[in-house]
Amino acid sequence: MPSTSTKPPRLTGERLHAGYESRRVLDGVDLAVAEGKLTVLLGPNGSGKSTLLKTLARTHAPSAGRVCLDGEDIHHRNTREVAQRLGILPQGPTAPEGLTVRQLVGMGRFPHQRLWRQDAEQDARAIREAMAYADVTDLAERSVDALSGGQRQRCWIAMVLAQQTDLILLDEPTTFLDLKVQVDLLELLSRLAHEHGRTLLLVLHDLNLAAAYADQLVMMRDGRIERRGSPAEVFTAANLKTVFDLDAHVIRDPHSGQPVCVPRRSGAKTPQRHPEGQLP
Amino acid sequence: MTHAAFLTSSGNTSDDADRARYRRVTTLLGLLLLASMTLSLSLGSFPTSIDQVVHALVAPQNSDIAFIVWELRLPRILLAVLVGAALAIAGAILQGIVRNPLASPDVIGITSGAAMAAVVFLALFTTSLSIHWLPAAALLGALLSALLVFLLAWRHGITPTRMVLVGIGLSAAMSAVTTLVIVISDDSSAMVAYVWLTGSLYAAQWQDVLGIMPWLLVAVPLCLTQARQMDAMALGDQVAQGLGVNVLRSRLLLMACSVALAGAAVAFAGGLSFVGLIAPHIAARLVGRSFTRLAPIAGLVGALIVLYADLLGRVAFLPKDLPAGIFVSGVGAPFFVYLLHRTRADTRG
Repeated sequence: MPSTSTKPPRLTGERLHAGYESRRVLDGVDLAVAEGKLTVLLGPNGSGKSTLLKTLARTHAPSAGRVCLDGEDIHHRNTREVAQRLGILPQGPTAPEGLTVRQLVGMGRFPHQRLWRQDAEQDARAIREAMAYADVTDLAERSVDALSGGQRQRCWIAMVLAQQTDLILLDEPTTFLDLKVQVDLLELLSRLAHEHGRTLLLVLHDLNLAAAYADQLVMMRDGRIERRGSPAEVFTAANLKTVFDLDAHVIRDPHSGQPVCVPRRSGAKTPQRHPEGQLP
Repeated sequence: MTHAAFLTSSGNTSDDADRARYRRVTTLLGLLLLASMTLSLSLGSFPTSIDQVVHALVAPQNSDIAFIVWELRLPRILLAVLVGAALAIAGAILQGIVRNPLASPDVIGITSGAAMAAVVFLALFTTSLSIHWLPAAALLGALLSALLVFLLAWRHGITPTRMVLVGIGLSAAMSAVTTLVIVISDDSSAMVAYVWLTGSLYAAQWQDVLGIMPWLLVAVPLCLTQARQMDAMALGDQVAQGLGVNVLRSRLLLMACSVALAGAAVAFAGGLSFVGLIAPHIAARLVGRSFTRLAPIAGLVGALIVLYADLLGRVAFLPKDLPAGIFVSGVGAPFFVYLLHRTRADTRG
């Protein structure tokens, strides 16, 4: 590991247990979200990655263990104060009929507003900047529900950006979108981390996109974290087999050097040796 | 103008337009309501001119029709306005919380609870207690049934879907009891019960106006303090929580307001709750769904609907005085069908 001057993590989960009704989903998870980095939670369906994100985001209460934001238990803090530091975007959010993009983005200002005290100028600036950054300024007066999936997701991201938080948690922000749209969104999110020092934690489904954009990968299985580290360290055929029960080759993208997985088809012959070499 | 101020105003042109529109709609509806109330005051079985009515209002001691205006018509008109506003705001709250445009105070058992209590009261207690206790009995029924729906739907908090399912189930059970009691009770109390169930402002008195007033004075400002939370919850519970809304607390407060408003209205005017379904929709068409604006406009629209429904009932079929509920349903039912049709068309794409 290169010894860069990393800041201490602000959001941590300690020995987290969580579940729904009688089903246990998280089984003693420890996680410190790396500051100023883009961290991706990966895992098969039902591995607990979404529950971990919700527990860290305080929308799901752990049955044991605790989540700390800046050293204090997040579930015992004033939820509005938490919302000034931590923004979340749940999976597949829906906007009410007729809500305009500007109105949606404006909702991001909620934690900064009081019933009788609102800084209209600061709010307007935050909304304008968030819309510009997410490239939805031209859509400002359109209804959110009339937009395409990719546009809509950019609007929701703009709403979270208008919240002006250092930490942003997103649950499957790219699911059901075209590859090109997914790539655009991940470019936008990784710029947030690398150029603006925000800390991002994402749940993603697509292994190769996760490997391409994550600074840190956290691989989960059966409510536990199985592997964690940079894609170069943990995105290996052996780990994909362990965590996902996936038979795949991991090769390197000749252009970027990033690892890419290619599923191994059953019955297919052993492939010919690839010029770039095959990783174990 | 400073640079920043210039940017702010130019960046918010649509907000400014919305605000201007809201002011215009509020003013127009407010004036329309005042004019309609004056018109309603001057119409009735005893012919009176607007001049005479205004004269009776400002100088009742010198007027021949002071009794008609002050004791018969004015309390009835005021009650119609208050009941309409209360039901409309209660409906706006519920539609917001349940996130379903077809919700109304009926779906959480308020109306059917009040109806059951009122019918049981009429059948069993009118021999021992004065009829003046009817609103109190109905209100108690409304509050208790809403509480029961809450308790049955509670499971680590309240989810709207569960609440609606429990509410519909309980409503059906209570309606069955209501029908049973009407069928087995004697003809005269069954007739009173029917009129009550239809919704009527007949023989409204000042004590009714004073009885419903406190509920509005508490619940309306209280629900407006939660207006922004309501708008955030419209984006879903998780988004609202992420924005820093205490979802459970806000939802309980808003539910309490809705129950208080609908319960009080139903207690004094019977089954007019259809207003709670249609008024918020009309209001949403006029000013959008932001609750800060929706609630007051829905209140004005609801007041107008009940006022005109009662006016029609009073004067359209003289000398008969028909229950306002007939006319509320007469307008409401076709609108409801239209809404269902529109929603289906929307979901089909």
